[in-house]
Amino acid sequence: MNGFLVSGDEIAQLTLEHLWLTGAAMLAATVIAVPVGVALTRRPGWAKPVIGAANILQTIPSLAMFGFLLPVPWLGERAARVAIIALTAYALLPILRNTYAGIRGIDPTLIEVARALGLTNTQRFFKVELPLAASFILAGLRTATVTCVGIATIAAAVGAGGLGELIFRGVASVDNRLVLAGAIPAALLALVCDGALGLVERWVRVPGPGRAA
Amino acid sequence: MSAAIEFRNVGFWTAQRRRRLLDGISFAVEEGTTTVVLGRSGSGKTTLLRTVNRVVQATSGDVLLHGKNVRDADLIRLRRGIGYVIQETGLFPHMTAERDVGLVLEAEGTPQKERLLRSRELLNAVGLEARVFGSRYPHQLSGGQKQRVGLARALAAEPRVLLMDEPFGALDPLTRAEMQDMLRDLLARLRKTVLLVTHDLDEALFLGDRIVLLSEGKLVAHLLPQEFMHSRQPEIEAYIRAFHRGELSVAEVKRA
Repeated sequence: MNGFLVSGDEIAQLTLEHLWLTGAAMLAATVIAVPVGVALTRRPGWAKPVIGAANILQTIPSLAMFGFLLPVPWLGERAARVAIIALTAYALLPILRNTYAGIRGIDPTLIEVARALGLTNTQRFFKVELPLAASFILAGLRTATVTCVGIATIAAAVGAGGLGELIFRGVASVDNRLVLAGAIPAALLALVCDGALGLVERWVRVPGPGRAA
Repeated sequence: MSAAIEFRNVGFWTAQRRRRLLDGISFAVEEGTTTVVLGRSGSGKTTLLRTVNRVVQATSGDVLLHGKNVRDADLIRLRRGIGYVIQETGLFPHMTAERDVGLVLEAEGTPQKERLLRSRELLNAVGLEARVFGSRYPHQLSGGQKQRVGLARALAAEPRVLLMDEPFGALDPLTRAEMQDMLRDLLARLRKTVLLVTHDLDEALFLGDRIVLLSEGKLVAHLLPQEFMHSRQPEIEAYIRAFHRGELSVAEVKRA
């Protein structure tokens, strides 16, 4: 870096960091939110409070969330941990909500047929419910990913790295070129993730005109 | 002949005993015969059918399948042993016809090759050329074709008993007639025990060895088709009259 420009290597490095933060958070959020969403369809009474809680997490301003988590023992030792936890929290809601809605939205006749044919609960889930709700769940994942790629830029404020580094540096030195050097790759990253997940979503979509749910 | 399905004083209340949908139903379906359940919407026909595979659990009385109380049966085995056909909505939109037909076999862990063979054989048996239709999804099939796939699926596990809930209700009259012909031939060959729910009197007469009429959850009649048509019971007469109004209109139109 020569005062106002950054090297391509540095951008690549920060992009990778950014991808790692987002990817880890998405993985964690999926591992939590999909099973919880499925569990809620079995106990719809819990849906409102649980989804409500995820909703509240979503409303915490991201900078404040990073700030809250910093003093937490173990977590606060590494900025990346803070960032991943915070991003996970943000990713929960869209995935949770879509998993729940996707499964609840399946035509009840189909569920009844699955039962009447003698599928076990597990078979019904994997052979009928999951495939029918898959594109819905993925749409939630997609929303969550794009949001997280954006929010991850703020993780640089607590020193977690990622493309936000450049943006913060640019803001501090009133150099818009630096800001753009962080913002443009971040935006591109969001677009690429969105596009890639969009392809997967199309691939798992239930064939036919419109969704039969 | 022995009873394949027997209802003994079967009653059903909805949750919290709000509404009684079935009230003291008793009759038997002999092995290898077809009993058609008639009745207006809300008379309890579908509920009665569902007590057999326990999609609905009778709240009183007993349902016996081949002499054994369904209450004591293992639910999964019970259901896999009964073919179930409903109106066209019952096909899975994410499955090809041949996968859907073989789904029960898939659930039982039958190897894929064997499953496909059986699916294709069944599709051919219900009049759908497997080579053409096997790989189609429900949205690529007509109403009648979907119903054929549904029937093939119900036959996949070689059940002795078939439950059919208005299987042809959503079809146009011509397709419906074709399906009825096909079903009658098929049943004559396979000797299945069938309980079929409909509100179509013609269908009942065409397919039924026995006709059951339900009204407000109660059994009104359990008769041979010819007995049914000559019955003087007011409910039966009303049903027949309502159904044959069309013929009067036809006569009027012709006269005009």
